[in-house]
Amino acid sequence: MAMTMHVDVVSAEEEIFSGPAKMLFAPGVMGDLGILPRHAPLLTRIKPGEVRIVTPDDEEQFYYVSGGMLEIQPEAVTVLADTALRAKDIDEAAALEAKERAEKALADRSGEIDYATTEAELAEAVAQLQAIQRLKKKLGR
Amino acid sequence: MAVGKEIRTKVKSVQNTQKITRAMEMVAASKMRKAQERMAASRPYAQKIRNVIKHLAHAHPEYKHTYLQDREVKRVGYIVVSSDRGLCGGLNANLFRAAIGSLKQWDAKGVGIDICAVGGKASAFFKRVGGNVVAETSHLGDAPGISDLIGTVKVMLDAFDKGEIDRLYVVYNEFVSTMVQDPQIEQLLPIQADTEDDYSHQWDYLYEPEAKEVLTDLLTRFVESLVYQALVENIASEQSARMVAMKAASDNAGNLIDELNLAYNKARQAAITQEISEIVSGAAAV
Repeated sequence: MAMTMHVDVVSAEEEIFSGPAKMLFAPGVMGDLGILPRHAPLLTRIKPGEVRIVTPDDEEQFYYVSGGMLEIQPEAVTVLADTALRAKDIDEAAALEAKERAEKALADRSGEIDYATTEAELAEAVAQLQAIQRLKKKLGR
Repeated sequence: MAVGKEIRTKVKSVQNTQKITRAMEMVAASKMRKAQERMAASRPYAQKIRNVIKHLAHAHPEYKHTYLQDREVKRVGYIVVSSDRGLCGGLNANLFRAAIGSLKQWDAKGVGIDICAVGGKASAFFKRVGGNVVAETSHLGDAPGISDLIGTVKVMLDAFDKGEIDRLYVVYNEFVSTMVQDPQIEQLLPIQADTEDDYSHQWDYLYEPEAKEVLTDLLTRFVESLVYQALVENIASEQSARMVAMKAASDNAGNLIDELNLAYNKARQAAITQEISEIVSGAAAV
C-alpha cells in the first residue's frame, strides 16, 4: 500500500477536509509546493489559490483558499486556510464582481487606494475563478 | 355590558406582548442552535493552530517572537465582546461587571487600560462610563466572519507590537449550557504556550520565507481565531440568554393574563348579582 499522511484543511469558520492523502499541492509564497509523506517539518505562508489533495484511492480534491498557513510534519499536514470554501460554493458572479471592482479601483488612481490590498483582492478573485473553471471542467467530463 | 372594559383592554395588551415575547423566544431558540453549530465549526481551527504553536514551543526557533515573551506590565489592553442588542437578561450586565472588576484591579496598581469594544452594547457601555476605547466594532450580525474582526484585532496587536500595551485580554460570555453563561477573562498576549510534556529530541521547522514573518502571521491568526471564537461563543450565549429571558417573560405574561381574567370574571359576576338583586328588590316593592 502506498504511504499516506494525515491532512487537515481548516478555516477559522469551519473544518473543510480531514483524512489521509497520498500527496498534497499547495500554493506557497515561495512557489508551489507538492508534498509527499515524510516531508521535513516546514512552516510557510500560502498564497490565494487552490489546494489539491490526492486521496489514497487516487481521487483528486480541490479547495480554494484565499491565503493562509501551511504546517508540514512528516506524518501530517495542516492547512490553516484564511477562507477556504469548497470550490462549488463559490459564487462565480461575486468573484467576477470583485475582480471588476478591484480593476476599477486600479484604473481610478485619483482616489486614496491601498494598492497592496487591491492587488491582493485581484489575485484572490482570479484564483477563485480558476478554481471554479477547473471544477467545471472536471464535472463536465 | 360596560363592566371591566379597562380590564379587557389590559388583557388584550398583555396578550399582544406575550405574542411578541413568544416569537422572540422561538427565534432565539433557532438562532442558538445555529450559533452552537458555528461554535463547534470554529473549534478545529483553533485546535490545529494551537497544536502548531505547541510544536513551535518544543522546536527551538532561532527567533523568539515578542508575542511569546512576558514583559513588565505598564499598560493593558482589553477586548470586550458583548452583544449588539438587549433583551437578553443580565448577560451583558454580568459581563461588564466582570470586566470592570478586573479593570479596577489593574487601575489600583497604577496600570493604564486601553479598551477595544466589540458589539453595540460594549461601545454604548464604555461611552457611558468612560474608558479609553481605542477600537470599536459593532453590528456584526448573527453570523460574523473572521474578516469582520481583523481590523479591530489588528489595532490591539499593533499596540502590543509598539509596546503601548504589555498584555492583552479578551472578555466574553462562555457558553456553558442553555441556562448558564459565564463571563470569562482570558489572556491573549503574551501567548501562554503550554510546555508540559518535554520532547527530548530537538528540531525546528523550515520557514518560508522568514521565521519572523511566518511566526507573526501564525500568531496573528491565532489571536484572531481566539477572538473569533469568543465572539461566536458570545453570540450563542446571547441567544440562549434571550431565549430564557423571553420564556420567563411569556410565562409572566400568562400569569398576568390569568389574574386579570379572574378579576374580570369577579367583576362581571358582581355586576350580575347586583342586577339580579336590583330586579328582585324592584319586584318586591311593586
